[in-house]
Parts: sequence; C-alpha cells; structure tokens
Amino acid sequence: MSLRLVQELAGHDDRVWSVAWRPGGGPSVLASCSGDKTVRIWEHSPGASPSSATWVCKAVLDSAHTRTVRQCEWCPAGKLLATASFDSTLGMYEKIGTEISFIASFEGHENEVKSVAWNSSGSLLASCSRDKSVWIWEVLPGHEFECVSVLNGHSQDVKMVTWHPSRDILVSASYDNSIKVWAEDVDGDDWRCVQTLAAPGRGHTSTVWGISFNATGDRMVSCSDDLTLMVWDTSADCVSTSADGVAPWKHLTTISGYHDRTIFSVHWSRVNGLIASGAGDDCIRVFDELRDNVSTLPGEGLSYEMVLKQEKAHSTDVNCVRWHPKEPRLLASAGDDGVVKIWELVGGDLPLLSNESLPYDPRG
Amino acid sequence: MVSGLINANPVVHERKERSSRPCVNKILDSKIPSIHHVRDITDPEHPYSLEQLNVVTEDSIFVDDSKSYVKVTFTPTVQHCSMATVIGLSLRLKLLRCLPPRFKVDIQLAPGSHSTEAAVNKQLNDKERVAAAFENPHLVELVEKCLVSTEE
Repeated sequence: MSLRLVQELAGHDDRVWSVAWRPGGGPSVLASCSGDKTVRIWEHSPGASPSSATWVCKAVLDSAHTRTVRQCEWCPAGKLLATASFDSTLGMYEKIGTEISFIASFEGHENEVKSVAWNSSGSLLASCSRDKSVWIWEVLPGHEFECVSVLNGHSQDVKMVTWHPSRDILVSASYDNSIKVWAEDVDGDDWRCVQTLAAPGRGHTSTVWGISFNATGDRMVSCSDDLTLMVWDTSADCVSTSADGVAPWKHLTTISGYHDRTIFSVHWSRVNGLIASGAGDDCIRVFDELRDNVSTLPGEGLSYEMVLKQEKAHSTDVNCVRWHPKEPRLLASAGDDGVVKIWELVGGDLPLLSNESLPYDPRG
Repeated sequence: MVSGLINANPVVHERKERSSRPCVNKILDSKIPSIHHVRDITDPEHPYSLEQLNVVTEDSIFVDDSKSYVKVTFTPTVQHCSMATVIGLSLRLKLLRCLPPRFKVDIQLAPGSHSTEAAVNKQLNDKERVAAAFENPHLVELVEKCLVSTEE
C-alpha cells in the first residue's frame, strides 16, 4: 500500500491545524482552519472521479475569529460548521446552497478553545479549552446554543473532544496525560465523568493530543506526545456494563516504536477500518489490525501493524489526518507548511466495512 | 531586599570569541552560523546576554544538520526563576527566525536547574501552547525585547 498525492491545496498564510470533510451528499467538501485566523472551504468538482485533482477553494471565512482557528467541524447533516479558536470563542457558519455565512459566535471559555465536536444526531456540541473545562452545548432552534453542562475534571488543558459515533458518550484528551469518558446521568439532568484512562493503570505518559472512534464505537485509538498510539476496547466487556449503560474501556494494545516525534493526530476510518496518524516527524502512517492470527476471544491477542509510511508527507509537522467519510481511499492532511493535501490510498485489499454498520451519518 | 528582581546579583561571565573554535558536533554547516546568535539574547531581567550569565553556552547548543535537528539546553541563574518560560520562548522565537523550517527544535532546561523543570519543559515543547503564547501581545513584547540584541 502507498499514498498517491492527489492534489496540494495552497492558500493559507500560516500553519494549517485541522481539516474536516463535510458529511452528506453532493460533491466532496473539505474545510481547513489555520493560524492565519481563517477557515477555507475546498470543493471537489461535481461528477469528477473522487481521486481527480479538481479541488478548488470556494470560500475564505474570516468573520468569526481574531486569533488562530484550531479546529472546525461540520454537523452530521453538513449544514453547520463549528469553529474553535484561540480567541476563546466558538464560531458557527451555515451553508445554504453554495453560500456559507457566519451566523453566531459564542463565549464561555476563559482562554484558548482547542477543539469542538458534534454528537451523532447533531443536537449537542462539545468544546474544550486551556481553561481545563469541557462544555456541552445544546443546539436550539433559531441558531441558539445553550450551555447545558460545564465539565471539570481534567487538571490541565483539554486538547481534544470527540463523540461516540452513535451514542451520547463524549471523550476528552488532555495535557494532563489522561483520557476521560463522559456520559449523561441516568436521570438525564447532568453529565459526569464515568471513566478516566490514565496512569497508574494503563495510559499515556505525556500529553494526549487526539482520539478517534472506530465505525461501530466499540474501540477507540489515542495518540500522544509519548510517541505511542493506544487502542482501547469496550466490546469484550458487555457483561460489566454499569447501571447507566456505559461499558468501561480497557487498554487493548499499544502501538509503539514507529513514531519519532509527537503524534498530533490519529483517525480511524469508518469506511476501510484503517488507522492513520500524523506526527511531528513529518510522516503519515497507516496501521491495520493484524488479521492472520486468529484469536479465540474478542479483544485478546490483537495487534496492529504499520501498512504504510509516507515520509515527508508535509515539509514540516503533520497536524491533522482525516479519512473521507465515504470514499474508502481518500485521506486529507494538514501541516505546519500551510498546505492541505489530498491523498489516495493505492494498492492493497481494503477491508471494506458494510455501509449498514455505519452509524456515521444518520441523516445522510 | 528592595530589589524586585528574582536574581538581583547574577554572576556575569565574559563573552566568548565566536568561530575561533570548531563546533563541538562538527556538523554545524555554513548555512546556519546564525544559530549561535541565540547566545546574544538579552536576559529578561538584566542588561546582559544569556551567554554572559551562563544561561546558554556554546556547548549547550546541539546541532545535527543531517537530521535537521537542534537542541538547546539552558540553565537559569536561579532554581526558582519565574523567567524560565520567557527565556525558553525567546530561544524558540530566535531559532524559528534563523533556522530553515525543516529543523525540529527541542528546548530544555538543564537537568536539575529548575524547581519546576518538567512542567517548564513540557510547556516549551508543546507547540500549541507556544503558538498561543506568540499570539499574546504582552508576552511577545517581552520576548522581542530580549531579541533586539541578536539582530545585526
């Protein structure tokens, strides 16, 4: 397997921190955000083959933020784009037809907002900040967003938040080296931390920069400044599911010895089942579950192998990698070199997951 | 005790002659001699360079050009120096300006030189924290002042 560069998307004036594929129908759309305080919207030519170099910049969004835009995320229906900025606010854009307009910004965090994420139904938004807190916002009619919970628990910056692909379970990754799992109380009136994945048990030994769920949501993978990826599993543990229906996570395996500098991003494809990582050593790597050793019990004796390494994927740090939500061979990356790259996975038999099992875009 | 300085009476050393002696690692190539200007950075508290205060010496700058790697180790004048972060950010900004972008840079306190060594090291090497710090006008002003002396 290898990666073929489909197209390099230049335009940002500073490092690109993050990219997000727009879910839903129509031509592929990618949003990217940068230290240049803007978001760029890139669109693929309608009708062209998915791997053709026909990407163009359709819009530059600069209304929402006065500082770095750290992350941007489309809602599951692909209509709203949320942004997280170092200026301590969240921004919201709406896509109507071909136009994208700024509709709101919301305050609450004390300082840099580092990540924003939508739940699977698009009814909730989560954000996190250097102020150590995680906020949950409810999406109300008329572009209103109401904070429903402020979650304190991390002892340092919270680097990233992401939701389970089908359930309202939130995970956060932090500078305090831990991952926390959050869920709503049984009576549904507040959120609480149901599990912390950290030392003294199995856990990362430095900042956790990113985390990503697999398609079904029974596994997740985390990436860290400790140069490892960790795979966490909940599938083998249905028996000990707690009263509120949240199954505890267990460390499944550690993928170490591959990365040479901080791993900033990890993404588990919900279409091909492969894990991609982007790191400070300028490389993109792809990992696959080792399938030839048949294990007796689910989650036992599993390991992951590196199936490709793209050296110099960017001329400097790779900050973000994201698989396309539908096209099994497309991957987008963002780097400190200010460019976004679209890659095509070439060769290899992709273990295509059936579309029925994809809870990715329930409205799709 | 009227002085509000963290270290009111630092020991001042002589500035060393440059380029008289080959680089310790012998890999320093002609493209990046400016790297040694980090030693001319002015201390945030005193009108002396980091080299004069023995905060950064020739030997504390490690360069591996073939691997595009630079590591700078610095030693604050006192263990509880609250300026350690400012010094570290000054080093980082100077290196960002004088090195080609291919270089990876690690900046660290000398082992045992600071009371909160691990915390300062972690902060100085977290690029998101550093990026946010460089968007803070107050902090940038502080850092820029330290760098004036390094510009020829």
